[in-house]
Amino acid sequence: MSTTPSVPFSRRAFLKSSSLAGGGLLIGFNLFTGCKPEAVKIPMDLSKLDYKDFNAFIKIAKNGAVTIFSPNPEIGQGVKTSMPMIIAEELDVAWDMVHVEQGILDTKSYTRQLAGGSQSIRHGWDALRTTGALAKKILVEAAATRWGVDSSECSVSEGVITNAKGETLGYGDVAEDAALLEAAAMEAREKAKAAAAESDAPDEAPEAPEVALKEPKDYKIIGTDRGNVDIDKIVTGKPLFGLDYKEEGMVYASVLRPPAFGQKLDSYDDTKAKAMPGVIDVVRIGEKANALLNQEEKNWTAVLDSSDKVVVIAKTSWEAMQAKKAIKATWTDDSTLESTEYQDEKLMALLDGKEFRTLRKDGDVKKAFANADKVLERTYESPFLPHNCMEPMNFFANVTDAKIHLVGPIQTPEYAAMGVANMLGRDVGDIHLEMTRMGGGFGRRLYGDFVYEAAEISNAIKKPVKVVSSREDDMTTGVYRPAIKYRIKASVKDGKVTGYQLKEAAINGNMYGLIPNFFPAGAIENYQVDVAAYGSNVTTGAWRAPYTNFLAYAEQSFLDELAEMMEVDKIQLRLDLLEKVKGTTDERIQYSPERLQGVIREAVAKSGWGKQASDVYQGFVAYYCHNSHVAEVADVKIEGGMPVVKKVTCVVDCGIVVNPLGAKNQAEGGVIDGVGHAMYGTFGFKEGIPTANNYDKYRLIRMNEAPEVEVHFVQNELSPTGLGEPTLPPAGGAVANALKAATGKRIYKQPFMEDPDFWRTANKEILG
Amino acid sequence: MPTYQLTVNGKSTSVEAGEDTPVLWVLRDHLDLVGTKFGCGIAQCGACTVHLDGNAVRSCSLTMASVEGKSITTIEGLSEDGSHPVQQAWKEVDVPQCGYCQAGQIMTASAFLDKNPNPSTEDIRSAMHGNICRCASYARIQKAVETAAEKMV
Repeated sequence: MSTTPSVPFSRRAFLKSSSLAGGGLLIGFNLFTGCKPEAVKIPMDLSKLDYKDFNAFIKIAKNGAVTIFSPNPEIGQGVKTSMPMIIAEELDVAWDMVHVEQGILDTKSYTRQLAGGSQSIRHGWDALRTTGALAKKILVEAAATRWGVDSSECSVSEGVITNAKGETLGYGDVAEDAALLEAAAMEAREKAKAAAAESDAPDEAPEAPEVALKEPKDYKIIGTDRGNVDIDKIVTGKPLFGLDYKEEGMVYASVLRPPAFGQKLDSYDDTKAKAMPGVIDVVRIGEKANALLNQEEKNWTAVLDSSDKVVVIAKTSWEAMQAKKAIKATWTDDSTLESTEYQDEKLMALLDGKEFRTLRKDGDVKKAFANADKVLERTYESPFLPHNCMEPMNFFANVTDAKIHLVGPIQTPEYAAMGVANMLGRDVGDIHLEMTRMGGGFGRRLYGDFVYEAAEISNAIKKPVKVVSSREDDMTTGVYRPAIKYRIKASVKDGKVTGYQLKEAAINGNMYGLIPNFFPAGAIENYQVDVAAYGSNVTTGAWRAPYTNFLAYAEQSFLDELAEMMEVDKIQLRLDLLEKVKGTTDERIQYSPERLQGVIREAVAKSGWGKQASDVYQGFVAYYCHNSHVAEVADVKIEGGMPVVKKVTCVVDCGIVVNPLGAKNQAEGGVIDGVGHAMYGTFGFKEGIPTANNYDKYRLIRMNEAPEVEVHFVQNELSPTGLGEPTLPPAGGAVANALKAATGKRIYKQPFMEDPDFWRTANKEILG
Repeated sequence: MPTYQLTVNGKSTSVEAGEDTPVLWVLRDHLDLVGTKFGCGIAQCGACTVHLDGNAVRSCSLTMASVEGKSITTIEGLSEDGSHPVQQAWKEVDVPQCGYCQAGQIMTASAFLDKNPNPSTEDIRSAMHGNICRCASYARIQKAVETAAEKMV
């Protein structure tokens, strides 16, 4: 784990950080200067500056008001508040003088404009701080130049620069000077770079400015509670989301896609639909998007089925959705129309078979199992899950010969823009993409199928168009969390865990990579992770906390059962295993045993583990994923003969917490989301048709079922890691372990409440 | 296509729409009041909640034919400037994550508190259970309704 409370600002460090998440530095009276050579150049004559060309991090008005552009998409994870907070901290301005705007897709000024993997803060940390600090440095230099003093004699507090004589200048007073200074410095850097390129020492590129970063003890904004920057707009219903976006002349499109996975469009009759009110046109699309599908390896977000689609264009959303229902389409079976039972058999056959890919192999598990005193083997099963973002998928596109205007909710704007450019045979420079606030993402909006649809439709009808999905469209044409089965086997010899094997069978494969190096990798001498996949025509992909949203429950349930078999304390077993990983030289190991032990001990203390009231049954989980360490304790009570999850205590080590107010909300939401899906979430197929299409058939957790969540953050000065995902995976395991404590029954399948009678009977046995 | 007369946020309004057209889409697409959100279309999630003559209703399942001559309040009309105690409470508690469901949550909560000024925690959890928050900001919604109740006394 890196500990970088401040970054020594060498040129290399600078170039590295700017290539991570930033590089743009916009200061001054609508002025801009670039840290990256390819950034838009500032003219020395400021009257020639065209502000429209610029969209980077910071804008300072003459009155000192600061606008910070938040680079990454906002899906509810809070980065539109927390990323600007990081810049404002190093810029040294008062937060109430800061106005935040969403940056557009701008690959020249920003990189990694992506919401996924809980990585925005982790990747942005150095670059955002550096951006703020560099802007401050230039502003101070401008003031020092005006005063004719050395910049080292100047100090800054809340956007006001003070010199040794006590004279002051506000950031707004010197913003224009600063921009000119930086324009000149940039020109000099470019000249030097050009000279260096001609010489024999290309490595001696011009020096970027050096800048010191604050020590955490000096933070005034980072680590303090700051409200959501869009709160006023949210509570008054202002247009913010993709579905709210409108443009003059815009029409609405409702897309008819195959009802079953495995089907393709044959023909359709649109006579009735075309006669319905508000209907403008009915068109067939798919040719261009399907060509893109063939390049899927080049653009992983283009997860599309290969069928053509029928699109109703109408004056309003409702008219488009209604007329779509009047289309009479015939579909042909293109591949097997799969049912859940069929998929379950395929996965179970994979688990029983030998067709595995080994991701990690330490020692010899077979030998360990053969020589064991005791062996435990368990199989865990999970269904598919739809994302169910509250804002159904939608996107705006206006494709003209001059440019392509795209607006809407997308977690991967850069990929979407590249995909649309490829699909329409256009230059990516023709695309202007604006990201709206998203009504949830959860991974669904990593995939830009709806962007390609909108662009293909607009290209076909030559009009600005908004593609709108009904809830049924959204739920039945998803990119689902794949159904997965795990089989875990462990051996015990002389009271020690000697072997551990994890086998995974997943529809289309889970998102591998890190799993083999998560806990308990490194803690057990003989350790193996094997994976197998069944290729289905059902589209699958990342769902909040991919890799682990189901695995954490399986492994942590298994660990509890292993402790029971060994007749050892469940917490002690975890601590002992972690002890063995300390000082490891294995660089593949992802987690920190010290930090995981830390959250375990904190969770024991905060949850009253072992000291709970006599009617409270507790379940424990400690887990590492998405670079954060989390321990959770679920409290279950029996009410009316049924176990009820009353509370979850959640301890998180994600390093420095940038915005505790937002972080707590995020952690609470992740826990309840994890509890809800583990308890109730289920989704399958009958001959290719999804078993649920709306909330009357798909159960999401509601307020009256939500447990209390008590969140504690470990206080340290380590670089921050993400929070959008890490509190979700442990929740299911904590609940399963608490349910076992409450009822004496272990559950090996999600959702836990699929058969409520399973628990009711158990209660009678225990309570009777 | 028939024309309907109704009052929206205190203003008398005339709308031409099919009789089966849900009020939700008239608000969003005809009247540009996009604060009322589309979530499910079958009155299961509460994102589209508005007040009809003071009662919280699901506008996605309310036809234009059924609201002729009636008065509708949307999130845009709850107050002129976000000063309604429920909106104030939402800001103080900093409720939203993604924020998409919150207009519906606020409309349900404000109608509920008008009729139940001193709710218990269980009353609140029961009254709000028809509104889904996919981000699960339930703890803060609960706290904000409690805070709003105190403000409204």
